Amino acid sequence: MAHAADAAHADHHDHLPSFWRRWFYSTNHKDIGSLYLIFGFTAGIIGGLLSIGMRLELQEPGLQYFSNPQAYNVFVTGHGLIMVFFMVMPTLIGGFGNWFIPIMIGAPDMAFPRMNNISFWLTVSAFALMLCSLFVEGAPGSLGFGGGWTVYPPLSTVGHPGPALDFGILALHLAGAASILGAINFITTILNMRAPGMTLHKMPLFAWAMLVTAFLLLLSLPVLAGAITMLLTDRNFGTTFFDPSGGGDPVLYQHLFWFFGHPEVYIMILPAFGIVSHIISTFSKKPIFGYLGMAYAMVAIGVVGFVVWAHHMYTVGLSLQTQAYFVFATMVIAVPTGVKIFSWIATMWGGSIRFTAAMQWSVGFVFLFTVGGVTGVVLANAPVDRYMHDTYYVVAHFHYVLSLGAVFVIFAGMYYWFPKITGYIMPEWIGKLHFWVAFIGSNVLFFPMHFLGLSGMPRRYADYPDAFAGWNMVSSIGGYVFFAGLFIFMFGVVYAFIRKERAADNPWGEGATTLEWTLSSPPPFHQFETLPRVVDTGH
Amino acid sequence: MRIETGRRSVTALSTAAVTLVLGISEAFAAAGRPSPWETGMQEMVTELGQNVSNFHTYLVWLITVICVFVLALLLVIVFRFNENKNPVPSKTTHNSLLEVAWTIIPVLILVAIAIPSFRLLRQQLVPPQADLVVKVTGYSWYWGYEYPADQGGGFKFDSNMIADAKDLKPDQPRLLGADNAMVVPVGKVVRVQVTSADVMHSFTVPSFYFKVDAIPGRLNEVWFKAEKEGVYFGQCSELCGNGHPYMPIEVRVVSEQQYAAWLTEAKQRYASTDGSAPVKFATAQ
Repeated sequence: MAHAADAAHADHHDHLPSFWRRWFYSTNHKDIGSLYLIFGFTAGIIGGLLSIGMRLELQEPGLQYFSNPQAYNVFVTGHGLIMVFFMVMPTLIGGFGNWFIPIMIGAPDMAFPRMNNISFWLTVSAFALMLCSLFVEGAPGSLGFGGGWTVYPPLSTVGHPGPALDFGILALHLAGAASILGAINFITTILNMRAPGMTLHKMPLFAWAMLVTAFLLLLSLPVLAGAITMLLTDRNFGTTFFDPSGGGDPVLYQHLFWFFGHPEVYIMILPAFGIVSHIISTFSKKPIFGYLGMAYAMVAIGVVGFVVWAHHMYTVGLSLQTQAYFVFATMVIAVPTGVKIFSWIATMWGGSIRFTAAMQWSVGFVFLFTVGGVTGVVLANAPVDRYMHDTYYVVAHFHYVLSLGAVFVIFAGMYYWFPKITGYIMPEWIGKLHFWVAFIGSNVLFFPMHFLGLSGMPRRYADYPDAFAGWNMVSSIGGYVFFAGLFIFMFGVVYAFIRKERAADNPWGEGATTLEWTLSSPPPFHQFETLPRVVDTGH
Repeated sequence: MRIETGRRSVTALSTAAVTLVLGISEAFAAAGRPSPWETGMQEMVTELGQNVSNFHTYLVWLITVICVFVLALLLVIVFRFNENKNPVPSKTTHNSLLEVAWTIIPVLILVAIAIPSFRLLRQQLVPPQADLVVKVTGYSWYWGYEYPADQGGGFKFDSNMIADAKDLKPDQPRLLGADNAMVVPVGKVVRVQVTSADVMHSFTVPSFYFKVDAIPGRLNEVWFKAEKEGVYFGQCSELCGNGHPYMPIEVRVVSEQQYAAWLTEAKQRYASTDGSAPVKFATAQ
């Protein structure tokens, strides 16, 4: 292994470890990346099935599929936690990050390969615990934890005396530890292992995105760990951090949670920003517009993202001055986000664009993320948020930025890097068909939720007044269409593996300038044993 | 004639399109409750609520313009800068003027949002002298209301959802009707003090605009002055467990005479036998 030949054509000469050693003891960043992608997709299917359960129930007023609202709430909670911690994060950070960060910066592997391995397997263990939590008692007489992904006490303490949430807390601890280890790995890799000549200001934007994301993880996850540890001791060891009868305060938990929770949403979207920049630049056959502005916009979003958390808490009784500050700080984030949107548009402007599947998903992302972004500006204003807080308007907003934002980029990245990762070409029509099905499905699914929210429908309701029936029916139909799109993707993957049409080193042409396209498809087991020398990246 | 009709239907169509986009559908909105296929806020019956609604309409215009602008740029890109129409890509990667413009203009838009927003925030959070204070307590899964003796009350009662559709009055929708409504006089400043006895709940009446969390160990305040008599509904808005969808808020806004009559009747109906009836609430400013 250590003597693999010339990097560009080495795949035939690689001495691969046995199946068990390769996939279970793996320390290779590409193999671990693949494991993360498979894991994230599997978790996404489970999380998606939970949401289909929710849409079935909400299709009509009354209770049809769930015996009681608590069971429905367990689905809501499971869907949220799984999608955040076990689908979006593992896919974008663990999957694409592991696969392409070392390659893009011209490094042979991650800085700490064995730590990379433990990161992955801790995530799998965390997911196992999370699934266990669904099958043990939570609230008296029912299974699972149904207190929402935010796990607010006292519902998460006195409301759920059973062990379900203890499983959940330990799952979050493991997933958090895995992410912190991963963050340390990314920071070290990006800061120390860039190829000669690649200064920070020549680094691909995906590497910038992952660097900022890793710092957000490193700084925010310990706060979550602290908060849920306090919750664990409140639940099991008689402390009263969040219990007013012992001098505690439930609002303290909310501050701690959202100090993590708000950076967390940027953790989910920043890697997507990075990926989309590469796809747009590649297919426009133009270098990214305003490279430095793009990079520092992400830094700004990351920094400001840490001081806006209480905009999730306008209804808890914050003072006038506090609310005014958080309104102001939150709206500031719209500025760097606007810079990114307009820079993507400027990158495409004047380009010679090839609308491949990956590009269609990316253009769709730019528009839908804008829609989700502007409703974020609406919600940032405490006076209107007081009406919309905890209604479906909020659900619509964060699904526009995450489901139609982050998830669209996950698929854009899948279709973009599929030939590089697998070495096979997937016919373009598959990704395009999937895009149009998902685009229509997701908008039919989430756009009516704005109306439901404005009309006053609260979140996390298994049963609702009959006036909300119409838009809920529309929304459910959209949900089924969106989900059905996944089968097109799965078909595409299977079809590509059966067809075995070999992908060229660079199937995308002159616009694809990052280092992964200089390697074979798939890349050799070990790349860059002679480090590439970066001269000019065209920025 | 024909032309005029045509123009009118075009106007009607575009108005409908605009209202749909704007999220204001006066035609559908009924005060106090959601309406089928509603696309906007419920009708507001407080001045503050009207302000919130107007501010929201203003925001919807702004964000619609922004989205349409971005969409238009993307459409131009799709049709003008595809590889068939434009085989040779430009090499432009910088334009300082443009970059400054798309930083400054959003800042100006945000300032134009922040000024009315802060004014409204102040109106909401600096309450006027209250005519009436009502204490609301969230329980799993019902609401409790207390009227202090110094304001002609001196009783408290619980408000549960009417579970059986047979028992609903004609003006009570399913899941929204409560057995005992909170009753307040029209045109009076009502201060609501909200807390919880167990887990968190959230007290809201969309037609009055507000939402305020019921948190154990805390006393939150909110105020409203309903301008119109009627029945107004809300639903618990902080996840509180199995009964979360089943603890509606029903507020009846009545004339002063009806309110006085209700007070007399309620004092007997909810007569406290254990001496725990509220006497006076602190009205800390």
